[in-house]
Amino acid sequence: MTKEERLKKRHSAEKRFRFYGLASIFVALLFVLILVHNIFSKGSSAFMKTAINVEVFFDQELLEIKNDASDDEILEADFFDITIESLIKVYPAKNVEEEDAIIELFTTDAEIEIKRAFLENNNLIGKKINLEITASDDIDQLHKGNYPRDIPEDRRRISDFQLVIYDNLVENQKIVKNFNNYFFKNGDSRDPELAGIGGALIGSFYSIIICLLLAFPVAVLASIYLEEFAPKNKITDFIEININNLAAVPSIVYGLLALQILLATIQLPRSTPLVAGITLALMTLPRIIIPCRASLKAVPPSIREGALAVGASKFQSVFHHVVPLALPGTLSGTIIGLAQALGETAPLILIGMVAFVVDIPSTPIDPSSSLPVQVYLWSESAERGFVEKTSATIMMLLSFLIVMNFLAVYLRQKFEKRWN
Amino acid sequence: MRMNFVLIFLITIFSLSLFFYGRSKTKSISIEKNIKLNALPKFYGYYLVLWCSIPSLVFLLIWTLFEPVIIKSIIIETAANQGAIFNDKNEANLIYEKIKAIYAGTYFGDIDTILKESALSYAKFINLFTNSKIVLIFAIVIASVIYSLKKIKNNNKARDDVEVILKGLLFASSLIAILTTLGIIFSLLFESIKFFSVINIFDYLFGTNWSPQRAFVRDASAITAEEYDELKDAFGFIPLIAGTSFIAFIAMLVAVPIGLFSGIYMAEYASVKIRRISKPIIEILAGIPTVVYGFFAALTVGPFFRQIGENLGLTVSSESALAAGLIMGIMIIPYVSSLSDDVINSVPQSLRDGSYAVGATKSETIKKVVIPAALPGIIGSVLLAVSRAIGETMIVVMAAGLAANLTINPLESTTTITTQIVMILVGDQEFDSPKTQSAFALGLTLFIATLVLNYIAQRAVKKYREKYD
Repeated sequence: MTKEERLKKRHSAEKRFRFYGLASIFVALLFVLILVHNIFSKGSSAFMKTAINVEVFFDQELLEIKNDASDDEILEADFFDITIESLIKVYPAKNVEEEDAIIELFTTDAEIEIKRAFLENNNLIGKKINLEITASDDIDQLHKGNYPRDIPEDRRRISDFQLVIYDNLVENQKIVKNFNNYFFKNGDSRDPELAGIGGALIGSFYSIIICLLLAFPVAVLASIYLEEFAPKNKITDFIEININNLAAVPSIVYGLLALQILLATIQLPRSTPLVAGITLALMTLPRIIIPCRASLKAVPPSIREGALAVGASKFQSVFHHVVPLALPGTLSGTIIGLAQALGETAPLILIGMVAFVVDIPSTPIDPSSSLPVQVYLWSESAERGFVEKTSATIMMLLSFLIVMNFLAVYLRQKFEKRWN
Repeated sequence: MRMNFVLIFLITIFSLSLFFYGRSKTKSISIEKNIKLNALPKFYGYYLVLWCSIPSLVFLLIWTLFEPVIIKSIIIETAANQGAIFNDKNEANLIYEKIKAIYAGTYFGDIDTILKESALSYAKFINLFTNSKIVLIFAIVIASVIYSLKKIKNNNKARDDVEVILKGLLFASSLIAILTTLGIIFSLLFESIKFFSVINIFDYLFGTNWSPQRAFVRDASAITAEEYDELKDAFGFIPLIAGTSFIAFIAMLVAVPIGLFSGIYMAEYASVKIRRISKPIIEILAGIPTVVYGFFAALTVGPFFRQIGENLGLTVSSESALAAGLIMGIMIIPYVSSLSDDVINSVPQSLRDGSYAVGATKSETIKKVVIPAALPGIIGSVLLAVSRAIGETMIVVMAAGLAANLTINPLESTTTITTQIVMILVGDQEFDSPKTQSAFALGLTLFIATLVLNYIAQRAVKKYREKYD
């Protein structure tokens, strides 16, 4: 091998090496794109729901309520007959089976939707109005193009007869797409078209607020102590070792801790945002302390010495000068810690947040779910409609995380002083 | 529960009003008696606030922690005295839960006289405890306020005193880390010891069969030799550690090359502009919640692999170790890349310059000089990534299997330690069943494993840093 050949070989090795580096960065970036694209393409349709335009005639004989009935009386009244009567008029049915097939096109909550419309408008008795009734999950998925039509009838959830009605409805422009208010308003449900993340949103909100209220003050005070006041001795070393180890403990271990101490020993109520918040606070505490200490450490000693020189006490120098200067870094560290806590699932599963909760929690001691746990729960469900609901929940979760991370970066860049 | 919030609210209001009282009171004293105060008036206010709030809140916390435990033991004892029959803790717990449900009005089964009596005495004790709590808290508040008011009137050095109290508060906050560690160790040990008193620790560590569902309804305290023979085969740890390591290994096969190469590229080749864009984007991978990866692995990657396998004529489980490992590897990339980026950056420039001076190309310098120099740090970062991988829960719960297979075929499904913990503890758990306790034994094993890995990794990184600092 001549000198030139060797050099050429070495240079091509150099190029190859460089290419590997670039390629691996590219692979990582590509994966981010694939993941985001996959979630968004699956989930974006969940923000719309399919509804069918139905003409409802509020027949007084069927309703059996008086003209001047109060709201309570209307709530008590039976709207079932009128619902069925209105729904089956969508398409001429020959027998009871066909009528059932038509009713199956609509959500099980059709009666409630009609009742709600009746309550909102005054005095509809004896009148006809057009209402947009939410379609069932199968029709919803069919209309959104997520459901294949060309498979044999016995493997489809929608019968041929129902397909004929659907095509007929589409032709007559009776099928509309509306904003899916149920997705944000409702709690969990067995029916995908009614299931929503309202309960999970509130549960996550309560958990994060409790986590913030507990973890932030303790983390700030602990880092002030360790950075500014702690004597160099064995206790301090021990505390530091503990904090570093806790930051690396798998999150599921915190779930076991919560199960044993918070639920079994102290007997706090299961599946509640209160327990979730405490668990998440214990978990995020070391993860907040580490950036808090870093930002306290970044404040130069001249600040402390200047304050001491004009007669401030140690406490005054710390609380009047060092802490305010370290605050942006502290806050951004806290927000990033909270963002991690918001996406944490495993410990919440162990404390029972996987329970099926339909009601929206009104206080932090009501059973509830949380956004990531809702993702886990729905991903286990077989119905096709839950796939898009899960993806949409992930979209909501990711957008919260993005907002929090941007806020953290903004706080740091805007307010943090650079010392050099 | 509600009472506690009311009490905290009252204490807060009272403390705040004391602040203003203390401040104006000391001002007026100094004017009246024409003396110079030993601190600014507001410090007297702070002093009162701290004295009023801290002792009472600490008391309230301790009381709340211990109240349920004490009431429970009292109630179970009274129920036993009244003739309730229970053979073990299990049944005692059940009866206690029934009594609580009757008290809350949510129990719809048959209520016999013993239960009724017990529920009445439960109500009595709850009342008694709540009332005595309120009385004691008021007593503590009044006593500490009187004490601190006296101090103020004597014109104490309030600022110094406030600072001493605050320093104690700071120290107490930093102790929470130790308390958390202790809590973890005790809660894991407590149940694990019970587990190992039933199952021999060697049967657990070296058994090759994991099927905890066998221990379903069984009285742990009275196990016959026959039953034990059956039980000891149900809790073999080997398949779990094998599955966990296997998935972690696949993850590392993905994460280490990609992470290391991107770390090297960013540290050695990338321009400032590329670095500024690509580094945060790669770190997005670490910020995505793991449940999202799990969803992606279970619904997209798993079926995708199965489809490819079918086309190639292979049987691929839809919960294959490959899918879970691959996605976990992608999640871990940023841990490897950013740590090795840091480590490579801290290799002194003089080493590189020496290598360039003898004519080495950049890649030769990296391969022969920089990486060997940074090796302990890189190994440390890989070990940290491994400990992430074995502690990772959601990806494997959603994408890996549930049955414990001893296999090295990446296309089959395996299970992991974390998956089993979740599977055992989701839903209703029986108290004192070896099955429930085994989850804590698994947790303890996991805790120790990650601790050891982290210790070695931190030592490696630290040693490496010392070498070049």
